[in-house]
Amino acid sequence: MKPAPFDYARPATLAEAIRLLASAPDQARALAGGQSLGPMLNLRLARPGLLVDVRRLEALNGARELADGVWIGAAATHAAIEDGLIPDPTGGRLASIAGGIAYRAVRNRGTIGGSLSHADPAADWVTAMIALGAEVAIDGPSGPRRIPAADFIRGGFRTALSTGEILTAVWVPRLSEGARFGWRKICRKPGEFATSIGAVLIDPIRGIHRSVMGAVSGRPVVLELPQSPDPDAIDKALAEGAAGLDDLDRQVHATVLRRAERIAA
Amino acid sequence: MGSSATEFGVGASAPRKEDDRYLRGRGEFIADIRLAGMRELAFLRSPLAHARIRSIVKPEGREQDVFTAADLIGVKAIRAVSGLPGFKPSEQPALASEKVRQVGELVAMCVAENRSQAEDLAELVQVEWEELPVVSDMLAGRAPDAPRLHQDWPDNVFLESFVDGDIDGVKARAPIVLTREYRTARQSMAPMEGRGLIAQWDRRLEQLTLHTSTQMPHIVRNGLSDCLGLDQGQIRVVAPDVGGGFGYKGILLPEEVAACWLALRVPYPVRWIEDRREQLTANANCREHHYIVTAYADSAGKLLALDAEATVDAGAYSAYPFSACLEAAQIASILPGPYDFEAYRCRTWSVATNKPPILPFRGVARTGVCFAMELTLDALARQVGREPHELRLELLVRPEQMPFDNITAKHFDSGDYPECLRRAVEAIDLTAIRARQKRLEPDGRLIGVGVSIFCEQAAHGTSVYAGWGIPMVPGHEQAVARLTPDGGLELRVGIQSHGQGLETTLAQVAFEVLGVPFDKIKVVHGDTAYTPYSTGTWGSRCMVMAGGAVAAACKQLSQRIIRIGAHLLQTTPDQMTIADGRAHGPGGSVSLKDIGHTWYRRPQDLPDDVDPGGLEVTAGYKAVRDSGSFSYAAHAVVVAVDTEVGSIEILDYAIVEDGGVLVNPMIVDGQVMGGTAQGIGTALYEEMLYDAAGQPQASTLADYMLPGATEMPDVRILHMETPSPYTEFGQKGIGEGGAIGPPAAIANAVNDALKGLGAEVCDLPITPRRVLQAIRRANVKKAAA
Repeated sequence: MKPAPFDYARPATLAEAIRLLASAPDQARALAGGQSLGPMLNLRLARPGLLVDVRRLEALNGARELADGVWIGAAATHAAIEDGLIPDPTGGRLASIAGGIAYRAVRNRGTIGGSLSHADPAADWVTAMIALGAEVAIDGPSGPRRIPAADFIRGGFRTALSTGEILTAVWVPRLSEGARFGWRKICRKPGEFATSIGAVLIDPIRGIHRSVMGAVSGRPVVLELPQSPDPDAIDKALAEGAAGLDDLDRQVHATVLRRAERIAA
Repeated sequence: MGSSATEFGVGASAPRKEDDRYLRGRGEFIADIRLAGMRELAFLRSPLAHARIRSIVKPEGREQDVFTAADLIGVKAIRAVSGLPGFKPSEQPALASEKVRQVGELVAMCVAENRSQAEDLAELVQVEWEELPVVSDMLAGRAPDAPRLHQDWPDNVFLESFVDGDIDGVKARAPIVLTREYRTARQSMAPMEGRGLIAQWDRRLEQLTLHTSTQMPHIVRNGLSDCLGLDQGQIRVVAPDVGGGFGYKGILLPEEVAACWLALRVPYPVRWIEDRREQLTANANCREHHYIVTAYADSAGKLLALDAEATVDAGAYSAYPFSACLEAAQIASILPGPYDFEAYRCRTWSVATNKPPILPFRGVARTGVCFAMELTLDALARQVGREPHELRLELLVRPEQMPFDNITAKHFDSGDYPECLRRAVEAIDLTAIRARQKRLEPDGRLIGVGVSIFCEQAAHGTSVYAGWGIPMVPGHEQAVARLTPDGGLELRVGIQSHGQGLETTLAQVAFEVLGVPFDKIKVVHGDTAYTPYSTGTWGSRCMVMAGGAVAAACKQLSQRIIRIGAHLLQTTPDQMTIADGRAHGPGGSVSLKDIGHTWYRRPQDLPDDVDPGGLEVTAGYKAVRDSGSFSYAAHAVVVAVDTEVGSIEILDYAIVEDGGVLVNPMIVDGQVMGGTAQGIGTALYEEMLYDAAGQPQASTLADYMLPGATEMPDVRILHMETPSPYTEFGQKGIGEGGAIGPPAAIANAVNDALKGLGAEVCDLPITPRRVLQAIRRANVKKAAA
């Protein structure tokens, strides 16, 4: 379990990182906290010729708080969010979700941007950011762009990033007064990847009732209805949005969503 | 002597001597050892479960660093035979020659400066394969038309065994007939430290030194000598600190044979450290059983007869030294458990499949056997509407029957099994749980309570193992006791301590006999150069066998000490006693230090008739009966089952355990606790799945789920102490029981919780999905009815 040989670069600027990533499209990969990429390297499942370390890039670090939300640098660690070192526009929900990710050792190094870019369907941020209506900032050879997290996650381990692009920051909108958020995650044991995640945002002032089922086979399944979805709606959404799940899987996801709805109610 | 309340003697919870180095991170495990010029090995392993090797091409220019079966001229295959009639031996080559029979089988050995480079080299080896049909399921593998693993066999069965009791008479008058099918998952034993080795040829001693993470250094030496054709004197096997064994390290490895072959030919030491992927995907597994059990009972549910068929997935090869048949043959002989009933019949098959060989994991077959028996008894209890423990109380062997020869001629030495169960039921407060079940839970979960009870044969010796006829039969266990010139005591034993605390407990035994200051007693183990021959550490045998041997050696040593002491005190030996590290005569005493000093440094002061053997004794020990000590335990557990998502939470766990006289109660509690954690793993988490192509489905600990700290309930351990009549201090082997009871108790608790739904789980581990499937099956059945 030792990685195949690779080159390593730690560029000083975002522009240089983009140039390096674009220069070897099939060979180069961005490295941030390395909590998923590291094991994949060791198992030789990932064999990049070049690792571009973006962890310390200024453009990916820090946070910027605005009236209607917060820009979180992509290199913010789960631990920094858990510890409240990043302004939290959701009244503590980010810190609580961060604290439930894997183990502290993983949280110390793993980053929010890395987690979204890896796009493991069972990862907490993938579901949470879609539920919160987050957006992501991307920079690349053809310049910066900004898209909703729900569009960024294209499927299991698939994102909207194209060659040479880097996720630089995550925009988390501020919850309105009176907004409620329900989060329910089940896993075989604490610290493991989720078997099922239910996330519900009810923000009456902004007119949002968003129900998200995560840790399904691909992208999270999102329902936006005026009220909590009924069992038929949930089952239909799962059948359409998460093909490959059998009826017992769907029962579990529906149950977990229902419990999240109950928390948010 | 007997049990004493001294600070360090038998019965004292003395702090563990070895913990000083372990807790400070100063132990020396295999990967801590650095030898000058050492190079590293990586193995190219088979990616296929069953295939013929058409050709192997070494990377150009690196041919001298890559070795295949064609290079290993004269190296014999590993053969672990059994003397049981009908056993078919397998030939496990160090490196695969004609074909591979499991994913992960060694194909080529690559040596390089470091592991990374060795792995790079292994990638460059080109193998042309011809894929063969795969046997991935033991039941399919038993079929006459199944593909053959071993060419000259008529089928895939290592051994078929019978206990052919006559059950027909009982069958005819049993109003209740109940049949169940059970499966226990294939597990991958996961000690914190994997395997590993360093092999080096010592030119001066003309000796191969193998450092290896093993439980049985002397047995590894036997096997190496056979495979490599070396004299035993040319081999030294050292087990350094070993980070857990559990049976995973009770084996002669193909890696050991191949690396030692290489060490004989190269002027540098070679090292191989198993990584977690090798451990999970390539190396020996355990526990995979299938049962069909039919119980015949009277109208009150009392078991009259048991008829069983058991199949064990033994994997591709018979592992050395325990063989491929130990597990299944053990099932046949111990399925009746701690119970006394009229008639029993059992037929077992050890089936060869395209998977890693099966090894005896902590508890060996008992965990599966206990699961099958205890679930069957609970099913009977549910059928007749009785409390499961009441049914058992009528069946358990009673204390007045002890010692008791059971239906398969197992000789239970001592104990009060019914009392053990009663105490467990009381500890879990069954009455309160039944009341709670009636009240229902506010969160909608279902509560269940379950018990299991079993006995555990340990430290079984010559008579038992001579019957198995495997390459290893334990005889007299030996120990060396040596009083040093400064009055300290050195003990040398051929077993190996890897978590059991034997550096402490064997010192406690010596302290009990000689009273040498506890901090002056040193236990040396795990090295064939220093210690007398032993079959090693397995079968919960060390406290009985090595403990007995240490006591025997210390007793003989005390006679020699007394002879010298009597001379120094100018009295006669019959007037002398040893206590508190001194030899006492009627008019005074002399320290063991002075006696040691006299023998070694001032021989001019010795009596003329001194024993020329001096102050060093090798003594052997066997228990009065070598059929084994039988510790026993009852586990009682309360669970909450979430019927919507299938999750299980353990709410309470109590164990009542009788291990005879406890040499160190604190260490025993640790053994029980650690075993219980592994039993919880068997019950709820651990499963090494293989697909139809024989590919392992877990290659990291993210896929292979082990219980951790958050999965351990606050286990309460209560003790009974019924001495064994056959051992030195009345102690019994107790290392494995913790891992035996949990799957049965937890499954019974889950089934108790689900009984209102008519659902029942019969397969391990009890994953959330299996719970939901059981409920689904019950619903389908109800709908059909």
